[in-house]
Amino acid sequence: MESLLPWTIVIPLIGAGLIILARHRPNLRETVTLLTAAALFLSVVSLTPAVLDGGRPSLVIWGILPGLDLMLRVEPLGMLFGLVASGLWIVNSLYSIGYMRGNKEQSQTRFYFFFAVSLAAAIGVAFAGNMLTLFMFYEILTICTYPLVTHSGTAEAVKSGRTYLGILISTSIGLLMVGIIWTWNAAGTLDFTPGGILKGKVSDGLIGVLLFLYMYGIGKAALMPIHRWLPAAMVAPTPVSALLHAVAVVKAGVFTVLKVIIYIFGIELVNGTAASLLLAGIAAATLLFASVIAMQKDNLKARLAYSTVSQLSYIILGAAIATGASVIGGGMHIAMHAFGKITLFFCAGAIYTAHHLTLVSELNGIGRKMPVTMIAFVVGALSIIGLPPMGGSLSKWHLMLGAAEGEQFIFIAVWMLSSILSVAYLMPIVVRAFFRPLPTPQSVGVAATGGEGGIEEAPLFCLIAIVISAAGTFALFFAAGDIGQLLAPLAKP
Amino acid sequence: MIAEHFPVLVVILPLVTAPICVMLRHGGRAWLLATIVTWASFALAIALLRQVMDTGAISYLLGDWAAPWGIEYRIDQLSAFIILIVTAIGSVMMVFAPKSVTAEIPGDRVYLFYTMYLLTFAGLLGMAATGDAFNLFVFLEISSLSTYVLISLGKERRALTAAYRYLVLGTLGATFYIIGVGMMYQMTGTLNMADLAVRLPAVAETKTILVAVGFLTVGIGLKMGLFPLHLWLPNAYTYAPSVVTAFLAATATKVAVYVLLRIYYTFFGAGIFEGLPVSNLLLALGIIAALGMSAVAIFQDNAKRLLAYSSVAQLGYIVIGISLVTATGAMASILHLFNHALIKGSLFLVLACVFYRIGSTKVDDMAGLGKSMPFTMAAFVLAGFSLIGIPLTTGFISKWFLINAALEKGWWIVAVVVVAATLMAVIYFWKVIEAVYFRPRPDGALVVTEVPALMLVPLWVLAGANIYFGTNTNLSVGTARRAAEILLGGGG
Repeated sequence: MESLLPWTIVIPLIGAGLIILARHRPNLRETVTLLTAAALFLSVVSLTPAVLDGGRPSLVIWGILPGLDLMLRVEPLGMLFGLVASGLWIVNSLYSIGYMRGNKEQSQTRFYFFFAVSLAAAIGVAFAGNMLTLFMFYEILTICTYPLVTHSGTAEAVKSGRTYLGILISTSIGLLMVGIIWTWNAAGTLDFTPGGILKGKVSDGLIGVLLFLYMYGIGKAALMPIHRWLPAAMVAPTPVSALLHAVAVVKAGVFTVLKVIIYIFGIELVNGTAASLLLAGIAAATLLFASVIAMQKDNLKARLAYSTVSQLSYIILGAAIATGASVIGGGMHIAMHAFGKITLFFCAGAIYTAHHLTLVSELNGIGRKMPVTMIAFVVGALSIIGLPPMGGSLSKWHLMLGAAEGEQFIFIAVWMLSSILSVAYLMPIVVRAFFRPLPTPQSVGVAATGGEGGIEEAPLFCLIAIVISAAGTFALFFAAGDIGQLLAPLAKP
Repeated sequence: MIAEHFPVLVVILPLVTAPICVMLRHGGRAWLLATIVTWASFALAIALLRQVMDTGAISYLLGDWAAPWGIEYRIDQLSAFIILIVTAIGSVMMVFAPKSVTAEIPGDRVYLFYTMYLLTFAGLLGMAATGDAFNLFVFLEISSLSTYVLISLGKERRALTAAYRYLVLGTLGATFYIIGVGMMYQMTGTLNMADLAVRLPAVAETKTILVAVGFLTVGIGLKMGLFPLHLWLPNAYTYAPSVVTAFLAATATKVAVYVLLRIYYTFFGAGIFEGLPVSNLLLALGIIAALGMSAVAIFQDNAKRLLAYSSVAQLGYIVIGISLVTATGAMASILHLFNHALIKGSLFLVLACVFYRIGSTKVDDMAGLGKSMPFTMAAFVLAGFSLIGIPLTTGFISKWFLINAALEKGWWIVAVVVVAATLMAVIYFWKVIEAVYFRPRPDGALVVTEVPALMLVPLWVLAGANIYFGTNTNLSVGTARRAAEILLGGGG
């Protein structure tokens, strides 16, 4: 089924074009989005059997520079990222319909258009066959998400957009591009090669410099102190925060981190070096600090954003430890965190749509009004914390195994501490929602008609999406074995 | 065979058409003639480039007089590439011109505009085609004098002072150049470039030649707006008619860079860089230009002036590439000549469209145009991405090779400079973008609509070329590489 590979990029682009054509008929337009998402997911799924069998479907698009092609090549990690991004796009599209209509958002055609293009770029990142191709799609993803971040067009949105673009573009052009050109200069290739391409090509001291050019060049991975763009991006409509800034964009970042460590450096080259220890230290610090900041945020989306910063560093830490189990755990965490976090964002958006609440301190008793939403929230939260029977527990397990394998036991402690911290910033929300009484009717406004205990959930489309993603979070606990099998080749040099 | 006369035809054709335009005394007809001639030159340029790539350099003896006595026209890969850039930009600009020119230049002078345009065009082509150092001076003056007139045709009265300033500095530059040529003639007894290349090494150590190098560098540096000799440029670009700015920004400075490359690599050979601190000087100037002028650009409130400073900064990149004295470095510079012509050509054409609609290029006046002129502004975004160097655009290809060349030589600082200047480019470019897309039209401002198709199509041809040559680099990279190899291989 290799012939479907180019379609994984083309389908969302065609969809984007059709969305423009259907701009005067909202129902048709949303149908196009859903069908496109479904078609994309199916075409990505069709590649899976071949990859599981050890195949690497590939395609040279065209030669862009002498000796350097724009090319796609599907390997296990990209397969997983592609599946997650395209699968969740379907769910997210359902959710978008409910959210965008429920909040009567402006310029919805532009919204759906750039969403589709962003997905094409995300898939491009997932399936890129060399670093140059990945870099191109990475930059396109940055640019296409900018109009989504600044969707509302308010002064605040423009300001956040500036932070967003400023950090992402300056890190990628300032550091990542230099790193890539350096790699090309030293190794003479940029192809993703199992075992890496840099061994023996760059002296030991400079390897560390190059490693940091990459790690801080990949701004989307949100390593501190270049994480500021992610909270800034929360000004976007919630579906954007959910799919792009919990899944596609941020995962493109940590995905690139893993790709670089595994296929450019090679885990043997990184493992145990001073630079990798320093990187691991920074990732561990990011992971803890971001959790602490999350605890202090009253705005629900901001709290979730810092939680994402923290969770992304789980993966960077896994990459920095650079053992077989740690990179597999990192890869797995891409899927686990994606489902957990998108559920949480869906819930945040549903609360906003139904009751226009954005602050954690306003959520007293909300569980009684929105039981389905808040139960899903519990599921997502448990997964982020890393408790069974949710998916997040297993990726964390692998990451810790990896740390043990690399004999860097301190990081096991870091992860355990982080779990405690995530209990501290997520569980108060659950407690408030279910165990605190509802505020008096007048302070809730519209809710008064429903009376005590009246159920007021978000629009149906939102609710369906929430249930699906929560169910997915749960199901991943049982699918972790399959994912591990898919990712197993990563551990082999 | 007419084909063997192509090297001279490409220059002569616009040169003799210019006076005919004067005789026509009619704007519309002059435009038609100029358009036909520029496109014919473009066709000739394509034919020349193909021929040169197939069979190597072409030598054409004017009037069949043998070289040291007669004037030789010599087209190699580099000159053919430059001729292609000039004719391509020149002919696209002609399609774009009529509406914009009618709006900005009084009706009774329009035919003069086309006359001067053709003269500038011919002068630039002559500089690229000739193989004779003195003949180059003649064409330099033809292009310069006609450029002064073109700039003075600008709508505001300040165009006159801008033109005058350029006239003073430009004349100074041309004089310096001819003094340098005179000194070389004194030492070698020849003006033919190929002969110079043979005879100069023997006298390269003499003081006269060292002084000549200084005069030539400063003279041409003035013409190309090399920092700190760029003082004429921002005003000239700001107050010239919009089409003129676009044309000059995309071609004139590029041809001057070509001349500089010729002087260093063909006249003197790469050996010049060993004896003299030219390389370090160029590197220093290039770095200051790239950083300093990008910083200055950030604080401009007129988009035209902003882009003018950006041009001086971009020229810094080109000079840095030359200063590396490697084949990759020269190649990066030559490649950026081409790519930057596409980038700045598109950006200034956008401003021409803006000026056509709102009569201003102030960033504040451009607020809210994203909605009313969507296609024009989309071209601006695209070309701006190319300026920054986002992948899939020509600007990225330029940066790629320039940084590559710097790393190859181990000059880390250059990579850092390029990156820093790029980040500043993001800032000044985004300043315009935010005004255009996120600010409402000012109160009481004109309600404007998209420009006519006759302007949009040429604009998008140039803007689209940024993507085309950013993804298909066979022509640009291939030619630039051959040209650089020949410069560094055959020159010394």
